[in-house]
Amino acid sequence: MSADSKPHNRLAGDLLVSLTTFVIFIIGWEAAVRGLNISKIVLPPPSAVAIALWESLRGGELHWHVAVTLYEVLAGFLVGSIGGLALGFVIALSPPMERIFYPYVVAFQTIPKVAIAPIIVIWFGYGVASKVVITATIAFFPLLANTIIGLRAAPQDQVEMMVSYTASRWQVFRMVRLLQALPYIFVGLDVAIVLSVIGAIVGEFVGAKAGLGYLILQKNFNFDMAGTFAILIILSAIGVGLHGLIGIAQRRIVFWMDMAGERVVGA
Amino acid sequence: MNPVTQFAPTSLRRPAVADSGVNSKCLVRISGLEKIYQAKDGKHIHALQDINLDIQPAEFISIVGPSGCGKTTLLKILAGILQRSAGDVIMQGRSLSGPSRELGVVFQAPVLLPWRTVLQNVMVPVEIQRRDRTEFEARARQLIAMVGLSGFENKYPFELSGGMQQRVGICRALVHDPSFLLMDEPFGALDAMTRESMNEELQRIWSQSRKTILLVTHSIPEAVYLADRVVVMTPRPGRIVDIIPVELPRPRSLGMQTTAEFGRFVAGIRRHFTSAGTLDT
Repeated sequence: MSADSKPHNRLAGDLLVSLTTFVIFIIGWEAAVRGLNISKIVLPPPSAVAIALWESLRGGELHWHVAVTLYEVLAGFLVGSIGGLALGFVIALSPPMERIFYPYVVAFQTIPKVAIAPIIVIWFGYGVASKVVITATIAFFPLLANTIIGLRAAPQDQVEMMVSYTASRWQVFRMVRLLQALPYIFVGLDVAIVLSVIGAIVGEFVGAKAGLGYLILQKNFNFDMAGTFAILIILSAIGVGLHGLIGIAQRRIVFWMDMAGERVVGA
Repeated sequence: MNPVTQFAPTSLRRPAVADSGVNSKCLVRISGLEKIYQAKDGKHIHALQDINLDIQPAEFISIVGPSGCGKTTLLKILAGILQRSAGDVIMQGRSLSGPSRELGVVFQAPVLLPWRTVLQNVMVPVEIQRRDRTEFEARARQLIAMVGLSGFENKYPFELSGGMQQRVGICRALVHDPSFLLMDEPFGALDAMTRESMNEELQRIWSQSRKTILLVTHSIPEAVYLADRVVVMTPRPGRIVDIIPVELPRPRSLGMQTTAEFGRFVAGIRRHFTSAGTLDT
């Protein structure tokens, strides 16, 4: 076995490749903008974006907008995923409930949330509340769907093993189904957190007094392309960070999935 | 699991007790047992046909037969996790209606819960049946040591080899000290050497604890080596074609497998499959 096949070495190698790609991409971008003389209203050079980013971070104004958007994202994510989780449990555990509720849930899901965002803003106002609601409606479905699938994912042989030792329905649920659902629930959380960032921005686009989406619109009106790009970078950093936090929680809680994967790779 | 509750014509059923003679001592009495599955195309599959078997307390019974002869179906019915279509199973004087606390089941696959350590997996029946944890944990540790897994108590299943996982499954079946052990090809996934040592271990467990054991296996020598009686089954429909008492002295050694007497028992069983053309092992 060569040293390269060790996991952390491979990780370092991957990081090197993606960093190199990034640097080449940035240099190419800068060169293209300068060489082709592209107007910075159309496409700002990375150097201008970097300066705009630095200045926004230095000024106190940005922090407030980041806080507003982050609050909307987290509150909406929390409300939506708890709702999805709860309804998922109800539906998974009761087939009649599934027949009654699920068609409506699917119908609701097929409506683009962007389309109902203006309605929600009218109902809940231009403040934070409407963004939390929009975000919650988007975060809801991934949790619902994954909770239902997860609670039904327990392999038949595990259930039979439990039952053969006289386990009750509740014991099978508590000792097997719930834990088998966890990996699925984490997939739902991961999808939901990324969608939540989109939800908050969509809400702010429709009508807001603060937040990063509001700031993007402001910069756009002023043809401040570099400033817009700077905010996009901050937004994606927020998304990546939240996704990373979910990943850390997942690896700690659903440890057996990761380990099983590691075993296959190492084999 | 979709049990077909359609009953076979009663003419197929044999009066159970009259044939074998009343024996009040017997632990399990299977009479006229039928299992019919409904396939997706609507056809009925006769998985078990007219199964009659009396099992005595502390008896070791092996069931041999090729794939599809209904061995696993029979075992699942006895474990109370699959419903029968017709016939009766009397266990300790009562008609079987579900799983029993007096039962330990070893499955073909280890079926361990991946989020539980070896010890926690072995303790599953104790937790389900709300038995005394401290008392049975000591027993669980003894069993783990017995199958050679000392030091692995706090490892997770994915840290063990397949053979080690299967041994954890065997400990789990024994932890609550059941009087009746059902084993469905428990050693099928093990390498030949581990398998032989597990066979010896099982014989030792059986002779010390005097449990009643029903072992389903593909291996005729394994069946003969371990059993008091070997039940021979053939497929389509799954039925018992012969029950052969193995009159070899105990304790049996692995070396005994090369003797002519042992070979005669093996040959006598194999004959059933070669003549029927259903041997697939």
